Amino acid sequence: MSEVILKVEHISKQYRLGLVGTGTLSHDLKRWFYSIQGKDDPFLKIGDTNDRSKAAESDYVWAIKDISFEVKRGEVLGIIGKNGAGKSTLLKILSRVTSPTTGQIKTKGRIASLLEVGTGFHPELTGKENIYLNGAILGMTKAEIKAKEQEIIEFSGCQRYIDTPVKRYSSGMRVRLAFAVAAFLEPDILVVDEVLAVGDSEFQKKAIGKMQDISKGEGRTVLFVSHNMAAVISLCTRAIVINNGEIIADMSANEAVELYLQTTSNTESEIIEKRKDRINNGNFIFTDLNILNTQRQKVSALLAGDSYFFQVFFKSKFELRNVKIRLQFLDSNGQMRFLCNNHFSNTEIFNLPQNAHGYIVCEIPKFPLPKGFYSIKLTCFSDNGLEDEIERALDFDVEGGDFYKSGKEQISKEGVLVNYKFKFDF
Amino acid sequence: MANTKDDEWLYTISAKRKLIDFNFKEIWRYRDLLFLFVKRDIVTLYKQTVLGPLWYLIQPLFTSVIFTLIFNNLGQIQTGTVPPFLFNLAGITAWNYFRDCLNNTSSTFTKNQNIFGKVYFPRVILPMSITISNLLKFGIQLLIFIGFFVYYSVIGFELSVNANIILFPVYVVIMALLGLGLGMIFSSLTTKYRDLSVLLTFAVQLLMYVSAVPYPMSEAKAKFPPIVAKLVEYNPLTQIMEGFRYMLLDTGEFNSARFLYTLFISLFIFLLGLIIFNRTEKSFIDTV
Repeated sequence: MSEVILKVEHISKQYRLGLVGTGTLSHDLKRWFYSIQGKDDPFLKIGDTNDRSKAAESDYVWAIKDISFEVKRGEVLGIIGKNGAGKSTLLKILSRVTSPTTGQIKTKGRIASLLEVGTGFHPELTGKENIYLNGAILGMTKAEIKAKEQEIIEFSGCQRYIDTPVKRYSSGMRVRLAFAVAAFLEPDILVVDEVLAVGDSEFQKKAIGKMQDISKGEGRTVLFVSHNMAAVISLCTRAIVINNGEIIADMSANEAVELYLQTTSNTESEIIEKRKDRINNGNFIFTDLNILNTQRQKVSALLAGDSYFFQVFFKSKFELRNVKIRLQFLDSNGQMRFLCNNHFSNTEIFNLPQNAHGYIVCEIPKFPLPKGFYSIKLTCFSDNGLEDEIERALDFDVEGGDFYKSGKEQISKEGVLVNYKFKFDF
Repeated sequence: MANTKDDEWLYTISAKRKLIDFNFKEIWRYRDLLFLFVKRDIVTLYKQTVLGPLWYLIQPLFTSVIFTLIFNNLGQIQTGTVPPFLFNLAGITAWNYFRDCLNNTSSTFTKNQNIFGKVYFPRVILPMSITISNLLKFGIQLLIFIGFFVYYSVIGFELSVNANIILFPVYVVIMALLGLGLGMIFSSLTTKYRDLSVLLTFAVQLLMYVSAVPYPMSEAKAKFPPIVAKLVEYNPLTQIMEGFRYMLLDTGEFNSARFLYTLFISLFIFLLGLIIFNRTEKSFIDTV
């Protein structure tokens, strides 16, 4: 069990920014000139790290830089990181779609990837014909596919349309069929990239179940890339966190997810105190807003169902009576999902002395928003009326999470999650 | 950590490339994919067309008629005892196979970047499958040729097949190798420099006229300027066309030295294409 099946050694990948075209020929000639002199590629020495938000300093960029890790047989390794961190580039290199610029990967097993399901489907061919074609593209032999044909058709749930050309399929049916083919692949190492985000809820459940079977039941080695943190925690034994093309952590899945949620901070946001886009009466001012987890660490991405503290800092010049502070949680459409106000529970209204500065903490024991992108709107009232109001004081992500502790990701992205109980009476 | 020697690894993915780096075992393992691609090409080619495979017949027939009118009636090119129409049809049948192999394989990378960007399989499977599925079209066109061959024999022309006909499969392989080899070279280069795909369509058309397709080699020797005649003579495609007509219509001449020369050139171009293709397939997805 402890045998190393995949060894990644100092893998880097360099990309040229901008258009491939002008200047390509001259760079090619320069490369060729250096190589006949036996020198190294002159363009390998330059290149920025992969940080999307900063302007480029050179024409070349390292999508991933000096990545090394090992995977043991039977291990399920999660790979997590922000968009553009280099996860997909790494998977592309692993599945041999493109080759690394430097470094090497050694493997003892065949690697098959589910980079994007449905690759190579031909619209004119029937479902059955496409099962064979797609299976063969993914590396199965005809005999292997034939042996599993019935299972695949059953799993996809497309029996009725199996002899109809795929171009007549709905997009959902196409995805089902494609995932079904891929799910019955039997490589030594399976690379999975975000395939769980497709299909309706019934099929998602089926797909996650199948993934669990593959990784747990069949003892297959799996590399799993996902933004679905709940799935990473429940499926993976270990995880690596990639940031700007470099590995920043290699640890147990739980720890890695926690670290990732802490590091994905909104570096771009301005300091609240300095912002001008607010309604303010020149007395009371919000200065900062933090989200803390139960260990009192700052986070900017949350998990539904976990406990968080919203720490609101403020300053005021004059004495204020009956201060009411309101946090409104808005979704990306600007729709309010819920709000917290110390006015609702009478005991928490407070008075402020002159030249006060401090903070108020609002604890939410089971954070109730499903996966999505949200912002917080802060408002303060006193007996003088509106003191300060600021829209989008803080933006944050909810990265899924398991609110009901059921092992299932919440499918719905609408509304608010609440605790409830069902009782049955027959 | 388990101590593992290098040779225990199944394979290594690395940046370094060897000049010649073919993994025939792997290609063999993917043989089912090859046949499925061939099947896909054949099944889907004429879906939702009214005439379907009839298009295979129309194109060479019309070309032969036009060639006969222009080169033989207008241009007074002599084809010996063989009826000019049949002479042209033989040349066009062979030329079409070569041309289709070249044209279709030359866009392998650009046309399939969607699949290539997602999954790995030995890329060379695709151009190989194209060469094989083109055989079907070649076979149908050969049947038309045989039909007209029989027709002309019945109406009184003295036609006979040469004993060289046993070389028929060899000629088909040579054409396939040459078309595939050139196609792979072009497909590799077009990933970076798209100009070449424009050049190719144009170049293939011109190439036909220096490959002795609408005229026999003897006429070229007699009427072309010596330099052009030499160029035509050493063009391996000329030798294929001449050899093809020699065995089917017993016209022209056959020279075993020339035959070996053609075979050698074709093998060389095929291997060269394979090497360039192999180097390109590893990272073309970044430049395409």
